[in-house]
Amino acid sequence: MTPTPTTPAPSATEAAPAATPAPDAPAVHTAALALGDDALVLSHRLGEWAGHAPVLEEEVALANIALDLLGQARVLLSLAGDEDELAYLREERSFRNLQLVEQPNGDFAHTIARQLYFSVYQNLMYGQLAATDSPLAPLAAKAVKEVAYHQDHAEQWTLRLGDGTAESHERMQRGVDALWRFTGEMFAPVAGLDLDREALREQWTATVTAVLQKATLTVPEGPQSGAWTAGAGREGLHTESFGRMLAEMQHLHRSHPGASW
Amino acid sequence: MATAHQPFTTAPHKPAAAAVDGAVDTTVLESAFDAAVAADERIEPRDWMPDAYRATLVRQIAQHAHSEIIGMQPEANWITRAPSLRRKAILMAKVQDEAGHGLYLYSAAETLGASRDDLLDKLHSGRQKYSSIFNYPTLTWADVGAIGWLVDGAAITNQVPLCRCSYGPYARAMVRVCKEESFHQRQGYELLLALSRGTEAQHAMAQDAVDRWWWPSLMMFGPPDAESSHSEQSMTWKIKRHSNDELRQRFVDICVPQAESLGLTLPDPDLKWNEERGQHDFGPIDWSEFWSVLKGNGPCNDQRITQRRRAHEEGAWVREAAAAYAAKQSERKEATA
Ligand SMILES: [Fe+2]
Ligand SMILES: [Fe+2]
Repeated sequence: MTPTPTTPAPSATEAAPAATPAPDAPAVHTAALALGDDALVLSHRLGEWAGHAPVLEEEVALANIALDLLGQARVLLSLAGDEDELAYLREERSFRNLQLVEQPNGDFAHTIARQLYFSVYQNLMYGQLAATDSPLAPLAAKAVKEVAYHQDHAEQWTLRLGDGTAESHERMQRGVDALWRFTGEMFAPVAGLDLDREALREQWTATVTAVLQKATLTVPEGPQSGAWTAGAGREGLHTESFGRMLAEMQHLHRSHPGASW
Repeated sequence: MATAHQPFTTAPHKPAAAAVDGAVDTTVLESAFDAAVAADERIEPRDWMPDAYRATLVRQIAQHAHSEIIGMQPEANWITRAPSLRRKAILMAKVQDEAGHGLYLYSAAETLGASRDDLLDKLHSGRQKYSSIFNYPTLTWADVGAIGWLVDGAAITNQVPLCRCSYGPYARAMVRVCKEESFHQRQGYELLLALSRGTEAQHAMAQDAVDRWWWPSLMMFGPPDAESSHSEQSMTWKIKRHSNDELRQRFVDICVPQAESLGLTLPDPDLKWNEERGQHDFGPIDWSEFWSVLKGNGPCNDQRITQRRRAHEEGAWVREAAAAYAAKQSERKEATA
């Protein structure tokens, strides 16, 4: 984080206690933070497409998905604390999102591959969560309807790109290959999320495999996590581009400590 | 999509379908058209219309559509830096609305026989224009508010009369667009109000933005009536209902009390209420700046069109893939049918 010269940004030690749930905070806060950060970060990445989409209809569609995710993030973060403090005043190491969602947009195929992997996960995960008595269940029940659309959007584009032209096929294959190693983290345990993780993994793999095959793409075979990163995003360990993303996202808010907007 | 010179369907005094297979004198059609316009009836895509009317509409609707999509850029510039999640959601939704306006408007142009691809080519090659206001930069967060309040505000003043435009599809698109623009205008005002009543730095940011956006917003209504080229014919056709200067005056009169409630100053020392006219007097507009920006010398002309072209070019393989996939799908359907 680069504080501006005129206004000192709150230091990590000042910001962290207010923004990050204390170690003894209920497990549901940890869960809300993990899922809220996923939604917040992916929404931000999708927001970067505004004005750059390949076709006008996709300006609308990507913004739609970004807005749904931002809406989910706001509910979830508010369950864990103050939404703006959590979004704007935490340091990189305090974010609990999957590394998958922070990955830069790349080309449209790369973005679609990220959408496919994540929306299938989110759809299954919210589906399970909605049926529990977790305080997150009402949010999950509402969000699962939005996410079904996100998944459909990702599937349709995976088909079009995979089974479109030689160039689009190649780009789509590159996208699904490059992001594959970030998918294992989705099945790691999260405190406060009482999920059937085995079923989650099985259904996710079956769904993604079916879509990729239908799209004439090869299902990646490599490892689903990096050498030292199993569950890393959930534990606050992120990839290099994430710091820059946060610097941009948080700069203005941090430049005016205590101001309201 | 409607093609030119197709039969009328509705109003009894309009020429009947059989009359339009070439045998009829266009003067008959033309006088029926003129009568319909004069009677404030809507012209629909399948109705006969003069070529010049069609061309004028296509040009105006295309320019409007282009303005919507280029206008996404200066605001999208702040999506990733919005200072609260609530503001971020509002801004994203606004930029999305502008894309939607682009879609309605390109569709309206298509009812006149134009194609979106062709219109986009004309935008990218500089043969068609977009509103010059978007050639100014958004330098601070307050600019997002100033655009909502002033630019969307000026757009509304311009577009509300277009809801009664003689061409049906354009008029109906404008009804939807105006509803959303007035939402944007209120949100922009509210953003500025929060800044104006915020810290000293926030207030200064808001004032600076208004200082920079005020005059360009007044220029959005186009050159003074004396120098405006297309106005008279457009008035007769009821594509335009008020002159540039009338609309500009209306806008100034709306903004002055709003600026007061915002606690911000409009940057015009000559701005004052004229009891006699029942309107505000305001200072001279620097038209040399307007013409210079229009000719391409604004701060962001190159940047805006370059980004637009790049997004279009970089998206070419995506559009080709979608077309190729759709072709394969229909082949498959035929094969199984
Ligand atoms: Fe608009
Ligand atoms: Fe607008």
